[in-house]
Amino acid sequence: MSLPMKSSDSSSRSVAEASELVFSARGLTKIYRMGEVEVHALRGIDLDLRESEFTVFLGPSGSGKSTLLNILGGLDIPTAGRVFYRGGELTAADDRELTQYRRDHVGFVFQFYNLIPSLTARENVALVTEIAPDPLTPEEALGLVELTDRLDHFPSQLSGGEQQRVAIARAIAKQPDVLLCDEPTGALDLTTGVVVLEAIERVNRELGTTTAVITHNAAISEMADRVISLGDGKIVSESRNSQKIGPRDLHW
Amino acid sequence: MRAIHRKLLRDLWQIKGQGLAISLVIAAGVTMFIMYLSTFESLRRTQGAYYERYRFADVFVSLKRAPLWIEGRIEEIPGVAVVDTRVVANVTLDVEDLDEPVLGRLLSIPERDTATLNDLALLRGRYIEPARSDEVLVSEGFALARGLEPGDSVSAILNGRHRELKIVGIALSPEYVYNIRPGEIVPDEGRFGLFWMGREALATAFDMEGGFNDVALTLRQGAVEADVIAQLDRLLEPYGGLGAIPRALQLSHWYLDAELAGLQGVGMIIPIVFLAVAAFLLNVVLTRIIAVQREQIAALKALGYSSREVGFHYTQWSLVIALIGGAVGTVGGGWMGSGMISLYNQYFRFPFLEYQLSADVALGAVAISFVAAILGAFGAVRRAVRLPPAEAMHAEPPASYRPSLIERLGWTRWLSQPARMVLRNLQRRPGRALASVIGIAFAAAMLIVGLFFVDAVDELMFVQFNVTQRQDVTVTFVEPASSSALHEIQRFPGVVYSEAMRSVPVRLRHGHRSRQVAITGLPNGAELNRIVNTSLDAIELPPEGLVMSAKLAELLAVEPGDSVLLEVLEGRRPTRRVHVSDLVEEYMGMSVYMEAGALHRLMREGNNLSGAFLQVDSAYVDELYRRLKAVPAVAGVALKSAAIDSFRKTMDESMGLMIFFNVLFAGIIAFGVVYNAARISLSERSHELASLRVIGLTRAEISFILLGELAVVTLVAVPVGLVLGYGLAGLVVAAYDTEVYRFPLVVSARTYGFSALTVLLAAVFSGLVVRRRLDHLDLVEVLKTRE
Repeated sequence: MSLPMKSSDSSSRSVAEASELVFSARGLTKIYRMGEVEVHALRGIDLDLRESEFTVFLGPSGSGKSTLLNILGGLDIPTAGRVFYRGGELTAADDRELTQYRRDHVGFVFQFYNLIPSLTARENVALVTEIAPDPLTPEEALGLVELTDRLDHFPSQLSGGEQQRVAIARAIAKQPDVLLCDEPTGALDLTTGVVVLEAIERVNRELGTTTAVITHNAAISEMADRVISLGDGKIVSESRNSQKIGPRDLHW
Repeated sequence: MRAIHRKLLRDLWQIKGQGLAISLVIAAGVTMFIMYLSTFESLRRTQGAYYERYRFADVFVSLKRAPLWIEGRIEEIPGVAVVDTRVVANVTLDVEDLDEPVLGRLLSIPERDTATLNDLALLRGRYIEPARSDEVLVSEGFALARGLEPGDSVSAILNGRHRELKIVGIALSPEYVYNIRPGEIVPDEGRFGLFWMGREALATAFDMEGGFNDVALTLRQGAVEADVIAQLDRLLEPYGGLGAIPRALQLSHWYLDAELAGLQGVGMIIPIVFLAVAAFLLNVVLTRIIAVQREQIAALKALGYSSREVGFHYTQWSLVIALIGGAVGTVGGGWMGSGMISLYNQYFRFPFLEYQLSADVALGAVAISFVAAILGAFGAVRRAVRLPPAEAMHAEPPASYRPSLIERLGWTRWLSQPARMVLRNLQRRPGRALASVIGIAFAAAMLIVGLFFVDAVDELMFVQFNVTQRQDVTVTFVEPASSSALHEIQRFPGVVYSEAMRSVPVRLRHGHRSRQVAITGLPNGAELNRIVNTSLDAIELPPEGLVMSAKLAELLAVEPGDSVLLEVLEGRRPTRRVHVSDLVEEYMGMSVYMEAGALHRLMREGNNLSGAFLQVDSAYVDELYRRLKAVPAVAGVALKSAAIDSFRKTMDESMGLMIFFNVLFAGIIAFGVVYNAARISLSERSHELASLRVIGLTRAEISFILLGELAVVTLVAVPVGLVLGYGLAGLVVAAYDTEVYRFPLVVSARTYGFSALTVLLAAVFSGLVVRRRLDHLDLVEVLKTRE
């Protein structure tokens, strides 16, 4: 398959039903083998995500939300079902094409940051800017998460919140089309979590990046355009916030 | 620099201890490779240049005497390019400060021109002048050993008459690069002097005017060597031709080639072992690193790095380590190679010998270290490449353990809880444990390879000088003498006991294969020079037939029971078909024996002898030597003590350094393997061990759990290594299995013990290093990290 290139224009800052479809998934099923047990992580998920939309996937651990995010991000492939990214079929892509897709379009943020411990904040971001087609500079990206004064610190010299902001800077430095965050505040305390969520919200707002955040924390869902609740590998409910709330005003 | 490269360098710095240990193993292998092969190449190149520049001949033959006009007939043989005839004579030298007789060889050279073949390289002094019949050039080796300079004189007995030879120059000849006295094992240059003398003067002294007794010739391109030799032999037969030999069998060339083949063989075998160990270590270390960096790999993949880029990143780890090892090894190998060349320069006489480390050898070294790096990285990196990124996000599932075999056998009550942990952990990763066992075993094996040469040489010397050649002195005659000569010698002062020796030059043919050798005729029941079987018991010579060394049998492709065509090359030159009765394993040269009576019957002669073996009373040796020097019929006197001394000296000089480095390098392997194994266990299990400390186990107890595993692995590995070492020593022995000499495969208990002890010490040392780290285990820090 040939995956579509980065969208040329993301002028529409507001979320509208009419805006372009970014992801479209049909009948997603994922079965893992864990030793002798079969785990049904996803049981037939249908899903559409639109341009610039901020979606929160809510669910307890084991609900299949990480699996879903990994499939959307091209890190994993479903056992059954199809996923389309801007009309191109991810489920038909081979390893090389998925790598190219991740490289050009996807920004990832992980619960445990997954920074490279031997590289400074700047170098962790450079890891991406050196291979992306149209990146920000590492300094610009770290500026967006307000870490300009921490450029040459190693992960071990940064607090958890700062590490996660570096991870966000690393994710957005390539100017991704989609930003996928897996429990970005899961390992952080409240105050630090707010700073990190602000960074994510700012990227969504200012760059118009389609954003999906996974969390088991229901409070976070109030800052989303759309909230999708998962349970036992299925979509349990779906709602749309008429009014988004800024991270500082969330009640945890 | 790209961020991914910074990651590489900083991560490598993190494991610098382990990385360095592996680099050193690679460096050791590369050093050996460079040292042996660059020395081989330098010698080979020098040999080629020397032969070409000084017109080294292709075919050589000695004869009794032929008239000069025969030279024209030789030139007419199809395929012959240039012919040079000479007069050559062996003489006894009278060296002032030495009682014992010294063998000299006089070779004729043209008075005016330079020699057409086997030309001399004049090192010092000047060439002889035509009118001065007493002027000679002397070989460099003899001049150095005897402190002779141009202007000095040497007294020699030429054809029964005392003559003063006036040295005017010091020279070298391509015929005597390895200047060994016939019948000896190693050169003893002070006891074998070469002198080049004007043709006329020499011919006059030996009644050879208008004749010659030695021929050298070169072949035309495309000439068939065997055909030329056959025709030459037919032509010279009436003149007492001793059978022509091709360059390949010319004594000096033969030794040089055997040495070169040995260098090349060892230069290939030993580095392979080192690089295999290095590849294994790289594999273990990389496997561990990739396990530790699981989540980093996942992140890199999620960020858009392709599997190939990730794979290459981890392959680079091992390439950098190999590059460092290769660079250190190339420098070290070059340094040691130039040292080795100067060692060779003492035994091989070249007018010029330059050490050169060619780009080919250096690139070859870098290439093999890269191959080792890539082989080592391959399995580990493949796992990293295949790791699905989504799965790598999560920590590895807890390892599955089972009760160990010993526990299942119901021996649990003998095992403490920590001992059970040791056993279960070993059993959980049998592949890893096995790999560590093999790695450590190789260290022990390399030590054996480094040390067993001492045992082999000791055994060789014991067999050569204590079991077979028990005589103190060997006397050889110019011409075969009648049996009364033995009685005369028996009456010389100091001679306690003597035995006759008959030596007959022959050519043995079997099918298209042939060799010129000397048959040694010995009486049965001999006490001095004996022939022994593999259990070193003296054997009886059969009443008929030949007993030959297994190596000669191999070259002629004969087995006991086969018959060979035997052409005698002296006297009436009879030709007979003789069967091969038995083979003997001998370490030096290629001998053929026959019972003395059978040999006399073959020669249709009485009890003639070519020389005698003597047992002497050491109180009278000086007098005996003086008497022997004065007997014109005596061509040479060989002393066993001198042979032993020069053999020891040669071996000590050439082997001491080699052994030192072999042991050093094997120690590096032992330390490298054990240290790596310990560091990896520590890294894998620091979480678990810290938990145990928190529960209340002492440092000693957790050390036991970690180091107990290493101890078990080491103890299993040592005996495996000793067996492996024996096998590798066998390979090295096979590499040195040449026509000139063979080493017995003997490994002494001392060598086994030293090897085992060194490995155990290296293991204890690595254990202590790791134990120190264990003592400094930061419990809080370790437990905080997610494992």
